[in-house]
Amino acid sequence: MSFTVPANLEAEIDELITHYPVKRSASLMLLHALQEHFGHISPEATQWVARKLGLQPINVHELVTFYPMFRQSAPGKYQIKVCRTLSCALGGSHQLHEHFCTKLGLDPHAHGLQTTKDGKFSVEFVECLAGCGMAPVMMCNEDFHEGVSTAKADQILGGCK
Amino acid sequence: MPQEFKLILKHLDNPGYTPDIECYLRHGGYDALKKALAMSPLDLADGKKKTPQEQLRDEVMKSGLRGRGGAGFSCGLKWSFADRRSGKPIYLICNADESEPGTFKDRQIIHKDPHQLIEGMIISCFANDVKLAYIYIRGEMPKGAKLLNTALKEARAKGFLGKNILGSGYDLEIHVHRGAGAYICGEETGLIESLEGKRPYPRIKPPYFPAVLGLYMCPTIVNNVETLCNVKHIATMGGAEFAKLGTPNNTGTRIVSLSGQVKRPGYYEIEVGKATIGQLINDPAFGGGLRPGRSLKAVIPGGSSSKVLKAGEKFKLKRKVEGKDVEVETDMLDLPYDFDSLQQAGTMSGSSAIIVIDDSVDIVGALANLSEFYAQESCGQCTPCREGSLWMSKTLHRLTHGGGRKQDAEYLAKIADNIPGGKTICAFGEACSWPVQSFVAKFKDEFVAKGAADEERRAKEAATGKKELAAAPH
Repeated sequence: MSFTVPANLEAEIDELITHYPVKRSASLMLLHALQEHFGHISPEATQWVARKLGLQPINVHELVTFYPMFRQSAPGKYQIKVCRTLSCALGGSHQLHEHFCTKLGLDPHAHGLQTTKDGKFSVEFVECLAGCGMAPVMMCNEDFHEGVSTAKADQILGGCK
Repeated sequence: MPQEFKLILKHLDNPGYTPDIECYLRHGGYDALKKALAMSPLDLADGKKKTPQEQLRDEVMKSGLRGRGGAGFSCGLKWSFADRRSGKPIYLICNADESEPGTFKDRQIIHKDPHQLIEGMIISCFANDVKLAYIYIRGEMPKGAKLLNTALKEARAKGFLGKNILGSGYDLEIHVHRGAGAYICGEETGLIESLEGKRPYPRIKPPYFPAVLGLYMCPTIVNNVETLCNVKHIATMGGAEFAKLGTPNNTGTRIVSLSGQVKRPGYYEIEVGKATIGQLINDPAFGGGLRPGRSLKAVIPGGSSSKVLKAGEKFKLKRKVEGKDVEVETDMLDLPYDFDSLQQAGTMSGSSAIIVIDDSVDIVGALANLSEFYAQESCGQCTPCREGSLWMSKTLHRLTHGGGRKQDAEYLAKIADNIPGGKTICAFGEACSWPVQSFVAKFKDEFVAKGAADEERRAKEAATGKKELAAAPH
């Protein structure tokens, strides 16, 4: 399967590159744009970014492997990120993570990314999401949720169609 | 009775206050920028002239503003270090990579009052002859990035940004740059590497001080979100007036992020040093005290990297009484919440994030949680930090999962003592060691008891052949 970036996305990307006096600076923004569109960063996407910015593929690949937000394989349609760090842990984030995992048939003891068999949900623990005052907090794709009780968690799951 | 003092948070939680530019303008928005751009050169006694830019920088110096990101370094001094003779462009970067566990103040500003940040940034850029600036926002705030982009577009449309701002002849462009989930990007040289499109490996200093060799090896100023908002208020009220807020050497206001086991966690803006840690935790205007039936065990006073304070701990604080320096014994709850008092107590106010821990908490587990964070986030560049943070995390994992040993407390302290002190390129080495050093030193009995109990249980299991430990919690 060939890798094609739609024209409107490429136009958006070309505009992003103009934000920087040195093209390489746009790497992270390009990876975000491609991941938002394709769901993950494939080897072809890495090579495309490298070509676009005049870099070697390794210059881009080393970013994909370093920054936790970039994925090399497709996660679920809905990505649930539960904050693991201290304030949220004190506020019940482990129970929340366990609730999601149990409910979705995933291993409640695994901290890393797990995806349901139907590809609909991914659940993972992430580090501090900067919402400590309303613990526990989580993200479902781009939406940030505070003070998530198990009842609220079920509501969030219910809203994922 | 200490009270909130809302300077930066003045409007943002008011009913009907929205993040769009019209709302901001209705509340006096961009007046400070107009005032700054309209300043005229000042005639000096020796016939020379002081430019508006120099006057603004002087006001910031006079204000005593200290960086709100964590280090508490003088903002005026930081600006004064920027190399203005190199002939290279000067860049300004807003550090909006808010990631220090416990901290959630910048999130409020970005999401509810983005124009306040942008106005503060434009004034700061003008004062430092910056033509191109970036907001480095953490990847996990996609909505914040969108809000900032919208706000920048609005500011451009109104002529506050772009070419010839408000007819002053001054040009400035600001762009939003998103991180991608790495804590180390909050370290300013790591942030710069990341903005250059690389792995965020912090740079060694010397020679790579951002003020001289920063972004693209050009002079660069990196300031926190709250710090830049303060500049707007300094431009409005003047440095001398700003310096009247707070306490000497700890001027202005600070937004305290209060989390953990208090009744009313949240963000509270206070005049620096005008409330104590105890008041922030217990006063009805702030945390409102602990939950019923609970007593205080520990307080992490300035983000997860700061050294923990144990309930009941006493410190000798230097104070001026009738013009003389005297030492006053002070309980940890009575420490004024400012930069200098916390430093005298051997810790720091850091990113002004207080995490309250009550007696229901297993202190070993709390440290294990933090150490896992640091093991996860070490960039891996320096061996002591990469290996040390992981060893500490593994040891603490063992201690919280039934595999502890009596000597683990000393083992942890030994590792933690061998990471900081110039052995690593950046301060992450210190940041991952301080919690371990302080938790183990101040709660040593609990660490030793936990290890001893595990040893005893294992000996019994070996003798009886029966496993006693149920599945370990994750």
